[in-house]
Amino acid sequence: MLSPKIIDIKEDYPGFKTYTLRHSLRAKPGQFVMVWMPGVDEVPMSIGWQTDTEFKMGIANAGDCTKAIHEKIKVGDRLGIRGPFGKGFKLREGDKKIVVIGGGYGTPPLLNLAQEAVKKGIEVLAIIGARTADMLIYEEEFKKLGCEVMVSTDDGSKGCNGFCTNVMEEALKNHKVDSVYTCGPEVMMVKVAEMAKDNDVNCEVSLERYMKCGFGICGQCCMDDTGIRVCKDGPVLDGVEALRLPEFGKYHRSSSGVRVE
Amino acid sequence: MNLSVNFCGVNFPNPTVLASGYLGVTGSSMANCINHGCGGVTAKSLFMEERLGHPNPTVLTYPGGMINAIGLCGEGIKKAGHEFELYAKQCPDNPLIGSVAGHSIKDIVECAEIMDSYPVDLIELNFSCPNVEDEMGRPIACDPIMTENATREVRKITKKPISIKLSPNVPNIGMIAKHAEEAGADAITAINTVGPGMLIDIYMRRPILANKVGGIGGQGIKPIAVRCVYDIYKNVKIPIIATGGIINGRDAIEMLMAGGSLLGIGSALTYHDMKAFEMITKKIHNFMEEEGFEDISELVGLAHNS
Ligand SMILES: Cc1cc2nc3c(=O)[nH]c(=O)nc-3n(C[C@H](O)[C@H](O)[C@H](O)COP(=O)(O)OP(=O)(O)OC[C@H]3O[C@@H](n4cnc5c(N)ncnc54)[C@H](O)[C@@H]3O)c2cc1C
Ligand SMILES: Cc1cc2nc3c(=O)[nH]c(=O)nc-3n(C[C@H](O)[C@H](O)[C@H](O)COP(=O)(O)O)c2cc1C
Ligand code: FES
Repeated sequence: MLSPKIIDIKEDYPGFKTYTLRHSLRAKPGQFVMVWMPGVDEVPMSIGWQTDTEFKMGIANAGDCTKAIHEKIKVGDRLGIRGPFGKGFKLREGDKKIVVIGGGYGTPPLLNLAQEAVKKGIEVLAIIGARTADMLIYEEEFKKLGCEVMVSTDDGSKGCNGFCTNVMEEALKNHKVDSVYTCGPEVMMVKVAEMAKDNDVNCEVSLERYMKCGFGICGQCCMDDTGIRVCKDGPVLDGVEALRLPEFGKYHRSSSGVRVE
Repeated sequence: MNLSVNFCGVNFPNPTVLASGYLGVTGSSMANCINHGCGGVTAKSLFMEERLGHPNPTVLTYPGGMINAIGLCGEGIKKAGHEFELYAKQCPDNPLIGSVAGHSIKDIVECAEIMDSYPVDLIELNFSCPNVEDEMGRPIACDPIMTENATREVRKITKKPISIKLSPNVPNIGMIAKHAEEAGADAITAINTVGPGMLIDIYMRRPILANKVGGIGGQGIKPIAVRCVYDIYKNVKIPIIATGGIINGRDAIEMLMAGGSLLGIGSALTYHDMKAFEMITKKIHNFMEEEGFEDISELVGLAHNS
């Protein structure tokens, strides 16, 4: 268990904060850590922006543990960290242009991927969605990296009116895209993966399932019907492979193992 | 050369068996282990009721082993039938062991009755959880008479082979195994986790596991597991699923020589991931070839001859 110090906290919008921790994690984009809030719980979080000495996580207030982190953790405090775990995104040799598409707390790992892609000279189009303009995150960060950014909001308060998958449909028509990477709500990822498949574009999705051990031994995060472990064989999966899993976009399991639709 | 094992009349194509609590939540997860070379599987222990388990952190590794306080989470025996059916359909040639647990003997019997109706080849009784009927809350497996009584009650309601999973945290595991045998057990699974133990994070200044204490498995407990299996083999005639600290083929052979007929594979996964099953079977195969053994049963209990 690592216990790095928090050196910065930024509120992106009410209910979403970005935490900077002092630790050289050297994780691959798309990997995650288990974050321990002592006395409450330990939950999986994607790794966002990384440098040689620090890393960031974007944490949405979604329940007990994340609420406690938002309310109690101040600059100078520590969080328990296990990891990095899992298989991250794979940038393909020879890809010239990629699309990263997601929204909400799916955005941090995509930003980390964009960081890596830009370093390799790959052109990045970032499509980020949110319910409303106030809830858009990391637009500036993507721009600073030199990515082209397209935005969609459900209420039309900024960018395209509607879902980010509509923006992607346009983008696939107008650009030569080699790969698409997505992280966000599962129904969106199903759409993205299907669209990529129909257009014969390489695609990777980042899945989310209830996690306990985080390193592939407890079986809590396994998916039907292949039994792959999201924490170890994922969280990033090939889009076509994910579409073959009957539970993708349909159901998941709770902490006891009961199916939830 | 033969590496298959006839265990209580059930044929295991190789001696590796997934230990209970490891990857045994869903049918497809267990089938995935078979696809990676595992011989048979034990599902996660199930209670009558649905259990959420303890909050995280629940499983941690440390140099030398692993500590866990999952809190025996599970969907409850009644809802779990479809996972067993799914597995049995996908892996008809690889035996399935259903593990039942409970807070009292009555609980365990009720749970075992339902398990009996599922497509499981063996029923394992996890006697290592605290027992509400005991004034000290001791697990059944810590008392020879309770072990005997619980085994006898379950014996009455099933014709399937039953294996009693024993705890190493007793001074006399061989004697407890003997009581289980006399009450009609067909096999012994040993050992469950050692402990309980605790790990403290020095910066957070508190125990790390949400439950504070947890059971210890992994490399460090191997000598305890080997000794327990050795003691049990000396005391009973029924076969043993030797479990605890097996992380490679050498450990596996050691456990066979101590008296195990099958090998419970758990913590090997933390070192070798899904390759563990094939790696262990291959090492046993090579060892038998080099040392001139024809049948794996020749290795069982060999260390007792000296
Ligand atoms: C690989 C992965 C990466 C993630 N990355 C991020 C991220 O970068 N930013 C972010 O804000 N959120 C991320 N999440 C989601 C985050 O883990 C949940 O929002 C968090 O667990 C909520 O916990 P809670 O106690 O606050 O809420 P609860 O009240 O406990 O539950 C709210 C929801 O969170 C889910 N949840 C709770 N505990 C776990 C657990 N141990 N494992 C998985 N899901 C759980 C529950 O299923 C429930 O749907 C990620 C999840 C996964 C699996
Ligand atoms: C995360 C975890 C969960 C476990 N759950 C169960 C269980 O549900 N039932 C059971 O009988 N044993 C359970 N065990 C104990 C193992 O089956 C095994 O007996 C023990 O861990 C020793 O083997 P090892 O050293 O290979 O881990 C669990 C162990 C671990 C690490
Ligand atoms: S969380 Fe334990 S196997 Fe994935």
